[in-house]
Amino acid sequence: MTTTTLAPVPVETGIAPRVRRVGALAAMELRLLWRNRTALTVAVGFPPLMVLSMMRLFDSDDGARLSGAILVALLGFAIVFVPYYNLTTTAVARREDLMLKKLVTGETSQGEVLVGMAVPALVILVAQTLVTLGVVSASFEPPAFVNPALAVLTVLLATVVFALLACASSGVTRSVESAQLTTMPLMLAAVGLSGLLFPLSVLPPAVERVAALTPLAPVVELLHLSVTGIDADGAAVTLAESFSAGLVPLAVLLAWVGIGLFAARRWMRWDTRR
Amino acid sequence: MTNAHHPVIEATGVRRSYGGRSGSPEFEAVRGIDLTIERGELFALLGTNGAGKTSLMEVLEGLAAPSGGRVRVFGYDPVAERRHVRPRTGVVLQESGFPGDLRVGEMARTWAKTLTNPRHPAEVLDTVGLSDRVDVAISSLSGGERRRLDLALAVMGRPELLFLDEPTTGLDPESRRGAWALVRSLLAEGTTVVLTTHYLEEAEQLADRLALMHEGQVVRAGTPAELVAEEPARIQFTLDTDVRLPVLAGEHAALRSRGLTRHTVTTHALESDLLALLTWSTQERLTLGALDARAGSLEQLFLTIADQSATPQHTNQEVLA
Repeated sequence: MTTTTLAPVPVETGIAPRVRRVGALAAMELRLLWRNRTALTVAVGFPPLMVLSMMRLFDSDDGARLSGAILVALLGFAIVFVPYYNLTTTAVARREDLMLKKLVTGETSQGEVLVGMAVPALVILVAQTLVTLGVVSASFEPPAFVNPALAVLTVLLATVVFALLACASSGVTRSVESAQLTTMPLMLAAVGLSGLLFPLSVLPPAVERVAALTPLAPVVELLHLSVTGIDADGAAVTLAESFSAGLVPLAVLLAWVGIGLFAARRWMRWDTRR
Repeated sequence: MTNAHHPVIEATGVRRSYGGRSGSPEFEAVRGIDLTIERGELFALLGTNGAGKTSLMEVLEGLAAPSGGRVRVFGYDPVAERRHVRPRTGVVLQESGFPGDLRVGEMARTWAKTLTNPRHPAEVLDTVGLSDRVDVAISSLSGGERRRLDLALAVMGRPELLFLDEPTTGLDPESRRGAWALVRSLLAEGTTVVLTTHYLEEAEQLADRLALMHEGQVVRAGTPAELVAEEPARIQFTLDTDVRLPVLAGEHAALRSRGLTRHTVTTHALESDLLALLTWSTQERLTLGALDARAGSLEQLFLTIADQSATPQHTNQEVLA
């Protein structure tokens, strides 16, 4: 038996190696998404299509409000189609091709694997937002952006919530094809009760209160406050008012981060074996 | 902390259970295993399907926490202190895979970026004979080629400890020899290897020490020579007449069918019993038909243990030193 010629490698600490690992996985996922034209079409194409199909619902003489409403609708649909639906199919695909199992034998942690898978979703989301912003600004006028920081925070939190829910959904999804079915209930409920299709105020008060607790509702409300600068009743808000009016939906959204974490831990599977 | 004095792997009383939740009955796949694996050795885990090899491997790899007992790898808990262990280990799972739409070279480069101290991806692909497949989609690889890609990724991080869970299953004989050569070269560099395999030849060829698992326990352990030495030899022959055999040291069994009697002698004194039989048959002018005499082998030991399907033999159980 030969003696050891291998010197132990010092353990890497800090954020740099994490960023390197997440970046490598995110680049791989983006490449794979680019090659999977079906998934790419759904992720990139569906949210704008949904918005286009409901253009007649946006009627406002105020160009900034109109732009805001369109941008908020785009973001709402994109959050459901990209970090939720697309990421569910990605997580299922990686699990079924046994890549998830392989990845966790390496230095990459489970959390880094998940972030790596979610980064492409965020990239698409941001790209869609920027393109839509450009289009509506050119067509009408730029949205008010009463509270840009709150808008960014909302998009980030919403991505986290729906990415975690996607992890949980992937656990009860056997194949990429069946993801269309398993993601349907949450997508329909989230979009239907979000306030995107109709204002929640038309609902009976009891239902309205429940609807406000569904995951996309606080996102839409926060985006209306921060991007368009209107509250749930359609009244214009100032920067300060956007914060105070945003407290409750923000709390609901944060609660969904907790629920998402729990659900992802409970249901996500890293292995095909049951 | 000085890890130099730690064995590479130290496991005491390791247990692993499945199920027990939502109505499914609990199943204990690993039932109290003690193991010490020293630096630089190749340790092979052998056993029938369902013996608990993979369940034990996953615990040693830190992919699953044991439900009982304690595991230390380089002196660290492989689950809780994962970040101290992972950069120093490589794993080939029994089953793992890659996205089919990715090309071989892309996968290798991606993997390299996740490692602390990677070898050059092209160089590693060359080692496993995949350098001409770099631009091929993984979905177009053969089963054996995927296995080799898996092996390439496992060794890419210059691991001090390499886990190989049936690494050569599905490989053709040539690729298998190639994999063995790679493992031997890693051993020569001082890498510690833990291997599970169905192929007894593989264990005999490569292992410094091996453990035979059955029903979640280690039933035999030692060097291949030690294990084989414990195993009795076997003499078999047929006779067409009904005669009384001479007195032998070993145990004798006879089975009659179609006018022939098949005799089996199981003995720890192969040479003297064989001599006694041959002397006797010469004197009696008998012909020992289909005479076959063989020393104890790993294969025979394996089959003996596989046959003891009902209860594990606690009397034979050994604790690894």
